[in-house]
Amino acid sequence: MSENDRHHPQQNHFCPAETMSEDEDPCRPSPPPPPPPPEPVSKKTRNCAAVHPSPHSDRVLEIVLEHVLQFLTVRRDRNAASLVCKSWYRTEALTRSDVFIGNCYSVSPARVTTRFPRVRSVVIKGRPRFADFNLMPQNWGAHFGPWVATMGKAYPLLERVYLKRMSLTDRDLCLLADSFTKFKDLVLVCCEGFGTSGLAAVASKCRQLRVLDLSDTEVLYDGVDWISCFPEGETCLESLIFDCVECPINFEALESLVVRSPALKKLRLNREVSIGQLYRLVVRAPSLTHLGTGAFGHPEPQDPNDQEMDYGSAFSACKSLVCLSGFREVMPEYLPAIHSICTNLMSLNLSYANIGVEQFKLLIQHCCRLQVLWVLDSVCDEGLQAVAATCRDLRELRVFPLNAQEDVEGPVSEVGLQAISEGCPKLESILYFCQRMTNAAVVAMSNNCPDLVVFRLCIMGRHQPDHITGAPMDEGFGAIVMNCKKLTRLAISGLLTDRAFAYIGRYGKLVRTLSVAFAGDSDTGLKYVLEGCPKLQKLEIRDSPFGDAALLSGLHHYYNMRFLWMSTCQLSQRGCEEVARALPRLAVELLSYEENEEMDNETVDVLYMYRSLQGPRDDAPQFVRIL
Amino acid sequence: MEVSRRTANLLGGGGGGRGLNLKETELCLGLPGGGGGSEVAPEAPKANGKRGYSETVDLKLNLHTKEPATLDLKDMPIKNGLKEKNLLASADSTKDPAKPPAKAQVVGWPPVRSYRKNMMSNKNNKDEGSTDQKTSTASAVAFVKVSMDGAPYLRKVDLKMYNSYDQLSDALGKMFSSFTMGNYGAQEMIDFMNESKLMDLLNSSEYVPTYEDKDGDWMLVGDVPWEMFVESCKRLRIMKGSEAIGLAPRAMEKCKSRS
Repeated sequence: MSENDRHHPQQNHFCPAETMSEDEDPCRPSPPPPPPPPEPVSKKTRNCAAVHPSPHSDRVLEIVLEHVLQFLTVRRDRNAASLVCKSWYRTEALTRSDVFIGNCYSVSPARVTTRFPRVRSVVIKGRPRFADFNLMPQNWGAHFGPWVATMGKAYPLLERVYLKRMSLTDRDLCLLADSFTKFKDLVLVCCEGFGTSGLAAVASKCRQLRVLDLSDTEVLYDGVDWISCFPEGETCLESLIFDCVECPINFEALESLVVRSPALKKLRLNREVSIGQLYRLVVRAPSLTHLGTGAFGHPEPQDPNDQEMDYGSAFSACKSLVCLSGFREVMPEYLPAIHSICTNLMSLNLSYANIGVEQFKLLIQHCCRLQVLWVLDSVCDEGLQAVAATCRDLRELRVFPLNAQEDVEGPVSEVGLQAISEGCPKLESILYFCQRMTNAAVVAMSNNCPDLVVFRLCIMGRHQPDHITGAPMDEGFGAIVMNCKKLTRLAISGLLTDRAFAYIGRYGKLVRTLSVAFAGDSDTGLKYVLEGCPKLQKLEIRDSPFGDAALLSGLHHYYNMRFLWMSTCQLSQRGCEEVARALPRLAVELLSYEENEEMDNETVDVLYMYRSLQGPRDDAPQFVRIL
Repeated sequence: MEVSRRTANLLGGGGGGRGLNLKETELCLGLPGGGGGSEVAPEAPKANGKRGYSETVDLKLNLHTKEPATLDLKDMPIKNGLKEKNLLASADSTKDPAKPPAKAQVVGWPPVRSYRKNMMSNKNNKDEGSTDQKTSTASAVAFVKVSMDGAPYLRKVDLKMYNSYDQLSDALGKMFSSFTMGNYGAQEMIDFMNESKLMDLLNSSEYVPTYEDKDGDWMLVGDVPWEMFVESCKRLRIMKGSEAIGLAPRAMEKCKSRS
């Protein structure tokens, strides 16, 4: 690095170039750690020269900046850094290796690859969450195809792809496997559209594959035995998750794969894997940290060794096991086998296991270190009381309904919620399905669990009031937003008036995600929220009486949001058009449930709108109208 | 003013306390056949059906509540009418006669993913010996429109929610019960093998379900095995037996050729 006597006006954070040795630079608050090997200077020159012929010092300063920015990993920090000045923008773009795209339609693939040329890891999210509940017609979009086509050329060294709620085809996966020779991690959450052929392509071609995670992802079985497609010899596999994949599995191939994957730490099996087969895998891989047990039932009748299988000792040999799930076809008589490892467990997912109260209590009493628990409501209030008594360290609880219908007897209620609030003061996240609830229990939780970040209560009967007082649930949710100062995600249910929204608008200053269903009385409710919650990013509303006036009250905020979803509310096309006119960078999509029919000019079935740099998308199906 | 609220819930107990069915005495702006009043159907608890009808009146009156601060139970905040396009009949999966019939289900509510719902319903049905449903999300729903001659609007049902013609028949019966005044025939499914019985049914003023299949033909419901029906049915129409008579010969043919 040579000296220079010119002080570039843009880089006023840096001292003049005379003291370019980093260790001596008095401007820096503290000596930086040794920088990574510097980029070849010539490359830097090429980039800079394209913009303007900068003098030597600028090049040098940019190299320094590059080194510094490499230590910035948090997305928000990077975004902030890129706004400082053009030079920082460029340099930040060159050093960003992880790109997060919260909405695949907010920006085009080409724009991303142009701005960020050296990306190693990509996260892309597609459909909005309400699509999971059949509220969005099929084939709406969120295709991975355009992304993999563009990235395949721009990012040959891409290592990681994480997709959520996207549609992929087998061809997309083949292209991925062919394009990225160093590909390591594939994580697909709530995705669909491909089959076992696509998986086979990834398994066979991605020789450095470390992570293959298919969570809640639908895979069509097209006959291909993808497990057998992993190459011979040792693999780099660290994580293999396919617990929701409803395809038959070649067990011998799976066993062989596990044996030759010494780095394997996470293994989540689907329900095709019986308990006998699980046993064989567990004894071969005792260093697993995360295990999805598959069926945990159905021992093969013809297995002569079944009686001699000591499941208990097999599991107790797994000293590193901290996260247990599966139990897809659980036979409760096998549960005692895991009692010995329960004391080590940090995370337990029994949400597919219909086990009774007594069995559950026997299990949970050992789980004193548990931080994450997912269960079915079949454990009853009594089971939750047992949780409260044992799991003092609990951070996250999810209680799913065994019987997801309204108007049935529910086994959990405000009693369970109250118990949890009293026994688990460190609770940060809760999802609770129930048939009846009281304000008092919710208020109690707001007082007992001040660390709550996520509060999602689903009272399954629509418009269900407090079942003891008959009052709306306004006060309960009001207390949550008032008392839980860290709350960022909220889902409300039950009988709710505009008052509940007033509370949210007044106190929910950190709320980023809000889910509303069958709630509110009038436009005022939504207005309270749109005017009062400055951090609101994701708002999903269904079947609530909010109309155009409410929609228009949020114009000041929509560019700050990732999306707004409103289905079966009281919006009219005129109102939506007005929004589209006022905010040209907003993609305003109207979806119709009636395919092949004229859209009713008055009412809107679904409004889905999101900010977008790329303008209206060109892959919208017939039932989507983009204003 | 329309007041529709499940007041039954205020008077004790959780799921479906139906002892005092106050709905009968409520004044509703419902369509003929919906809401309380004259056409009281013979079956006792019908809060599910009535609820649906009263809400399909699309109130554009923009009824606003009074000050939310003074919420009083007597005030009963007005429930704005919402188009319930997505109201389905429920599968009456319980065989317990003491339990009231399950309420009409709404699409996507409660918000549980289809995969989980399918897994759980499999567990419930295990006793009945049903095979594992390895349904993909793509074919997990099969919505078809249901029209009934004389009824002013259409409904939609998800055929995948039912496992047999009986269940579908039950559900359709409940959906349209106020129109048929109890005449919705099929206590048992249409017996295609018995020509004379079939002809009697089709000559009566009883309603029979028909459907349009993939080829565009209108057929009598019940002529093919259930699974085949679910795959090929595009829409349903409940018509008077006398109108359906033209379908009978074809149905008999198709049926005979299969058996």
